[in-house]
Amino acid sequence: MTDTAPIAVALRGITKTFPGVLANDDVDLEVRRGEIHALLGENGAGKSTLMSVLTGLYQPDRGQILIGDETGSLRPVTIVSPRDAIGLGIGMVHQHFKLVPTQTVAENIILGMDGVPFVLDMGSVEADVAALSERFRMPVPVSAFIWQISVGEQQRVEILKALYRGAEILILDEPTAVLTPQEAAEVAATLRALAGEGKAIIFISHKLDEVMTVADRVTVLRKGRNVATVDVGATDKHRLAELMVGREVATTIDKDDGAIGPVVLRIDGVVARNDRGIVALKDLTLEVRAGEILGIAGVAGNGQRELTEVATGLRRVEQGTVTVDGEDLTNRPPVRFIDAGVSHVPSDRLGRGLAGNLPLADNMAMKAYRRPPIAAGPMLRRDRMRAFAGDLIERFNVDTPGPDTPARNLSGGNQQKAILAREITAGTWARERGRRPVLIAAYPTRGLDVGAIEDVRRHLIEQRSGGTAVLLISEELDELMMMSDRIAVLHGGEVMGVVAPAETTIEELGLMMAGEMRR
Amino acid sequence: MNLPYRVTLEKRLDAPRIVVWLVPVVSILVALAFGAIVLAVAGADPLEAYGQILTGAFGSLTAWLDGEFYAVSETVVRTVPLILTGLAVAVAFRMRFWNIGAEGQLVFGGVFAAWVALFLPGVIPGIPQTLWVYLPLMAVVAVAGGAIWALIPAFLKAYLDVDEIITTIMLNFVAILTYQYLFTGPWKDPEGQGFPGSALFPEFTWLPRLTGRVTLGLVLALAAAVVVWLIFDHTKLGYEIALMGENPEAARYAGVNRAGIIIVVMVLSGGLAGLAGFTETAGISHRLQQGLAIGNGFTGIIVAWVAKLRPGWIVVVAFLLSALFVGGDQLQISMGLPASIGAFFQGMILLFILGGDVFTRYRVKVARRPAAVAVEG
Repeated sequence: MTDTAPIAVALRGITKTFPGVLANDDVDLEVRRGEIHALLGENGAGKSTLMSVLTGLYQPDRGQILIGDETGSLRPVTIVSPRDAIGLGIGMVHQHFKLVPTQTVAENIILGMDGVPFVLDMGSVEADVAALSERFRMPVPVSAFIWQISVGEQQRVEILKALYRGAEILILDEPTAVLTPQEAAEVAATLRALAGEGKAIIFISHKLDEVMTVADRVTVLRKGRNVATVDVGATDKHRLAELMVGREVATTIDKDDGAIGPVVLRIDGVVARNDRGIVALKDLTLEVRAGEILGIAGVAGNGQRELTEVATGLRRVEQGTVTVDGEDLTNRPPVRFIDAGVSHVPSDRLGRGLAGNLPLADNMAMKAYRRPPIAAGPMLRRDRMRAFAGDLIERFNVDTPGPDTPARNLSGGNQQKAILAREITAGTWARERGRRPVLIAAYPTRGLDVGAIEDVRRHLIEQRSGGTAVLLISEELDELMMMSDRIAVLHGGEVMGVVAPAETTIEELGLMMAGEMRR
Repeated sequence: MNLPYRVTLEKRLDAPRIVVWLVPVVSILVALAFGAIVLAVAGADPLEAYGQILTGAFGSLTAWLDGEFYAVSETVVRTVPLILTGLAVAVAFRMRFWNIGAEGQLVFGGVFAAWVALFLPGVIPGIPQTLWVYLPLMAVVAVAGGAIWALIPAFLKAYLDVDEIITTIMLNFVAILTYQYLFTGPWKDPEGQGFPGSALFPEFTWLPRLTGRVTLGLVLALAAAVVVWLIFDHTKLGYEIALMGENPEAARYAGVNRAGIIIVVMVLSGGLAGLAGFTETAGISHRLQQGLAIGNGFTGIIVAWVAKLRPGWIVVVAFLLSALFVGGDQLQISMGLPASIGAFFQGMILLFILGGDVFTRYRVKVARRPAAVAVEG
């Protein structure tokens, strides 16, 4: 890749506002053929909005999109729908795959395409797909159903889908979020090969390591503005982090050697099924002690969700027991777990942790509305509920216009702070009742900006040091290594091993996550 | 595909306040404009017709000066059951429990109330036969009747996850046919000379009138609106209902007992509809006869929806829709137009208000497609 390669796509002065939010402010971006261009920025920096403009989901208020041909001469285009974008050779691979599980790989690839004949010749489609996958060295089982293939393979299908439609400009939204470290390395190699064929690759990420190893150039967005476009070779992780956040950032966390107490949460020989009725936890046994953080490592979808649900009463257990501080709570309703002092920061903030349309005050009272002073007999004291929320907003630095703002209008980081504030406060009440609190935090820093991540981690450490039994589920191995006292690795609903961070390596965790090693 | 521009809808994050209020107003105006076209096609002068609706529903200035408030009092009479059914469905809808069965629950409330009025004095003669004993008793039994009928879909939903839309709709038919069987069969007035209907209730079971045909039922309906408002905004139950409606998964996570709350909500919802059955039998017909199941349970859905499930607005909307009904009847008398014109307007207004909602949730954008011009990169 050289600076002289022809420009594939140029965004000029893109400005996009939403009510009260300047999502993109006069952003320029040029991507050349044969380059992997990383788009780096915190959540809410405007990465997704910018790519939505490029793929026709949003119309910019101002600015221009230009598409280049082989010689580099540019022409302005208007993209009002994803179909237009595909027509112009712009393909997008979303973080959450848009595949139909009950259709085959080849069927998914031609799904929704123009000019598909009424009578399909799947044989020739499969041959085409196979040829394409051969050419780009992305092996996929063309006639297998999507539900049969691995997440890594599904991602390849998404990429092939874009290539099959003639994509010259390929946008990938956080492509490694759902992969093991080994799979992530494979994706990097694939992207490299595609760039070698002259494709322009835009790679959205907030992981600095990944950007440094995969990308040629990187554009950093902050608060909707392009703050820098630099060659990766001419910068380092620390400088990128500063550009992204706008200040110096700490990459480690202080953690004392807390006093580890007795077992509080005990999951013993638990078997549970997922929503589709498939056994998701197979004879799982785990113990979390007071004053420790037990980290759970694993590729998403290996039983983490079911584990959090079993530990909070949200999912039925078929075999085994769930005990909290000596009390057997197996298959008791969620409210009993709440009473027993189990707090829960769920992975899906707006899906489970909050009711987005309700005011922040209502959301922050989800664990407090049953007890005085907010409850007064059957009545609810709205004034006290607002005051309670106001107090938490202040103590936990939640950035919001006020307790009456609908929760969905807060940024992801502030939603997470609100949930943490609520759950930690519930934990203190449990302590007042003489119970040892449990805090189950599922992906608590996912999608947050660096500042918010620091806050969340500090709170978790604080809880641990205060004697709470913390179960931390994360997909960031660095985070688990930094935060945990012990790490349990989940694969296929089983614990592959429990290790101390000091006695293991990322590579070893990766092998355990892939199910290739037990300890 | 080759138009020079294309219209697209973009989701709004937050609708401005002005839009929230303007859209329903414009929707109603557009509905009236469409109505005018239909009236013109039917051969009526739309302006005259709208004038007739107004005087039919509210009376005229000259009538008022003569101290004649018959029209507006008839509108109030029709408002009472609409407030109650509007509240009934609003309670359930706030939890996104689609109770389409208020009609049947109302009818069951009426049947239960009728049983008390017709047969209780004979069964337990010892009960003092006065208003003060019998009216509260009938009201409570009517509420129970509506609630029992609502509990069937509630249990089916809570424990077997049976779709409530289907069950509540179907139970309407069962309730209505049962009630028709009763007043044409076993409960038929032996001295009715073949006229289908039960015997007249004893007078100590009649709701006292305030003015015209307006009864104490109006006070009951307004009180119910206040109670529902209190429940929505100032009780733990109201909080749980809102949480369940906005995000059932979050409600479960917060420890709300899903089955329990479905049952409580349907007791409330069915009970309110049953109360409407009480005000209509004890207040208006004074017997069980044809005319109890005239669609108030369904119009209540329109009321609740247009009022955005807010109790205060339900009272206002119920009054306005009732005015359309009563005014529509006037059109039939004075201009020879079908009486269903009132229902027609209600349908139009609901359609346009629901359709207009698109403009509160989305912003309309027109994107121009420029001719492709090559420029130097």
